[in-house]
Amino acid sequence: MSTSGRAPKTTRTLAELPVGATATVERVLGERRLAIRLMELGLVPGTSVHVERKAPLGDPVELSIRGYGLSIRRADADRIMIGDAREGESP
Amino acid sequence: MSAPLVLVAGNPNAGKTTLFNAITGAFAKVGNYPGITVDKVEKEIDIDGQAARFVDLPGSYSLTSRSEEERVAVEAILSETEKASALIVVADATTLRRGLYFATQLLDTGIPAVLALTMMDDARKLSLGVDLERLAQALGCPVVPLVAPRGEGLPELRQAVKRALTDPTSPPAGYRKGEGASGEPTPLGKAEAAITAIEEAYAREPGTALPPKKSRARAAWALVSLGGDDLKGVPDGVRAAVDEARKKADEAGIDLDAEVVGARYRAIDALLDDVLTPSKSKKRRISQRIDDVLVHPLWGLVIFAAVMFLVFQTLFAWATPFADLIEAGVNAAKVFTKAAIPPGPFNDLVVDGVIAGVGNVLVFVPQIALLFVFLTILEDSGYLARVAFVIDRVMAKVGLNGRAFVPMLSGFACAIPAVMATRTIESRRDRLLTMLVVPLSSCSARLPVYVLLTAVVFDPDRKLLGFLAPGALALFAMYLLSVVFSLSAAFVIGRTVLKGPRPTLVLELPVYRMPRPFNVARATWQRVRRFLVDAGTIILALTIVLWGLLNYPRNAESVARFESMRAAAEQIESEPEKAEQLAAIDAEESGDRLRSSIAGKVGHLIEPAIQPLGFDWKIGVGILGAFAAREVFVSTLGLVYDVQEATEETPSLKDALKQAKHADGRPVFTPLAGVSLMVFFVLAAQCMSTLAVVKRESGSWKWAGFMFAYMSGLAYLVTLLVYQGGRLLGWGI
Repeated sequence: MSTSGRAPKTTRTLAELPVGATATVERVLGERRLAIRLMELGLVPGTSVHVERKAPLGDPVELSIRGYGLSIRRADADRIMIGDAREGESP
Repeated sequence: MSAPLVLVAGNPNAGKTTLFNAITGAFAKVGNYPGITVDKVEKEIDIDGQAARFVDLPGSYSLTSRSEEERVAVEAILSETEKASALIVVADATTLRRGLYFATQLLDTGIPAVLALTMMDDARKLSLGVDLERLAQALGCPVVPLVAPRGEGLPELRQAVKRALTDPTSPPAGYRKGEGASGEPTPLGKAEAAITAIEEAYAREPGTALPPKKSRARAAWALVSLGGDDLKGVPDGVRAAVDEARKKADEAGIDLDAEVVGARYRAIDALLDDVLTPSKSKKRRISQRIDDVLVHPLWGLVIFAAVMFLVFQTLFAWATPFADLIEAGVNAAKVFTKAAIPPGPFNDLVVDGVIAGVGNVLVFVPQIALLFVFLTILEDSGYLARVAFVIDRVMAKVGLNGRAFVPMLSGFACAIPAVMATRTIESRRDRLLTMLVVPLSSCSARLPVYVLLTAVVFDPDRKLLGFLAPGALALFAMYLLSVVFSLSAAFVIGRTVLKGPRPTLVLELPVYRMPRPFNVARATWQRVRRFLVDAGTIILALTIVLWGLLNYPRNAESVARFESMRAAAEQIESEPEKAEQLAAIDAEESGDRLRSSIAGKVGHLIEPAIQPLGFDWKIGVGILGAFAAREVFVSTLGLVYDVQEATEETPSLKDALKQAKHADGRPVFTPLAGVSLMVFFVLAAQCMSTLAVVKRESGSWKWAGFMFAYMSGLAYLVTLLVYQGGRLLGWGI
């Protein structure tokens, strides 16, 4: 797949989304196996994702997707491109 | 013909193993139980006359494997050579939206399946409504709600499995033919062309025809799973078709993986709209509020430190009275047996080999039991996942994950329970990596060695910079060395021997709940029992072998000599003097026996190899004796120096060591030699119980052997560096 590498500066990644905000997953980049794994965990394009909290040392982050919690490392969150960021909870 | 195969599959943490134990436990006929670290766990049971082999597969998130344990699960499910007759698909009712991803993939294989919905009590508490009948209809398979620890739903599940085995075509109650599994295929959007091409490639292979829906599912699986995989049994034609489709999609800017995964999630979302009533309960909210404190940037760290300190304190200090009690019991048994059996080699074997060996096993029980009481409470309450959440960032730096912290910390008390505690780590690679470095944590059995050596080689009145005791400084340095080396070893082994796909972390923070005392007791007892049965027997056998090496062969001439000395001593009039004489003879005989034993000879034999480390043959014998347990180094050294029943505080042993000289008259225990010996003990795999438990937990002697080899090599090299470097610099010679 030709989608490897870092995201352009203008687009935000899930790692940049502040605690308490919600956004929509647009694309999962990077190493293919890992990208598939993240999507299989529910982070598919179109999914609404809410940042619940960060660990005391700043990593990992706890997300809320599809009605359940999921914690992943910032390095992994950084490959998830988001759009439509907004304050508040996911529906 | 062997009994039909029933696979138990599901996400990690879905309650699979609990369910497996609940369903097979009471009916276990053949106890083939190699442990959850070993790839597959199998048990044969009987359901009202229907025999079945149940296999507990490693947890997996999908049929596209990423880790070694997932590959094991996927290969078992897709195996053509040993086809499963039925599947128990385990899904957590509280995270059904994700669980159904893997569950629907499993149903697509066409193997008769039963969906077991676990954690129904939690779902009820969250007042999460699940319309079971609709779910069964939509999926086209029976759905059984369960609370496995309480046995709720188990009879129904057994019956459903039996039905799947005996009459796989009969529809479950409430399920009408023509719906669900055999209904309309899911539209795959932009991946449609690729799927068709792969289906055609499959169709060209002989004997692989499937009904339309299953054929589509297989093509979708191949599209996502192939490429950079090591799956066996996929036809070359299919691989070529997948590569071709991927190339075309790349040119068109289509992310095929996202299309296929997304389509399945869309289908699940549509399906669950009718099935799930969203939770209105405040439980999750309450749990979140608790987390506001327990994983708070500041308080979270304070509480974390406090809980970890408590765990460590328990292992390090609170287990001691129980261990002392066991030791006293073992000693009483020794005294009793010694008197009950006529003296001679058989008496020695029973007392010093067998009973001592049993003691060597039992002495670990208090620490194991206490650690597992704590671990189970932490795990059941939900805090253990928070421990991993809080400390993951630190552990990630050396390629471990947050779940490795508790085992590594426990290792500073004792490696045996610590290695067993690695079971809380889901990923096999991470578990193995943690297991391999835990024995580098400086355990409490090393402390007597440090205490003896610092007392012997350092002058207690001398202070560095006016206030620093060199002994205390050396002790601190040993703990620092241990931390540095265990983390570095994790870093290096994780990048070499256990290299794999970049490890990542998938963590769920479950809703907090009260641990059930019965569950805690049962989990603890299971661990203790398995330790006694599996690792215990190995430790016992090794103790007896080691005892033999340290006591045989015996020299008939010296046996006679000591007999005559004893007879002479018996003639002494004064009772205290007589006792003293006899004790001295005993000490000399034990020493003589050790010196002329195989171990004594080996000590001499290895002397040239250990001389560059600053050790003489007597230290070599001590190191061999320390395989029983590191603190045994002290008493073995005592025997070599004719000091009976020595401890690290025995003055006569300290004096004997201070006066010990090499053949050329140089003192043996110089500060530099003492420090070298301590360094050696930090790094060497000087503990056969650890090797036994690593063998047990990793499933093979291979990893125990690897651990022994790398730790011994490391110990030798670093000690050599310290001793020779110190000599060159003229420090403490």
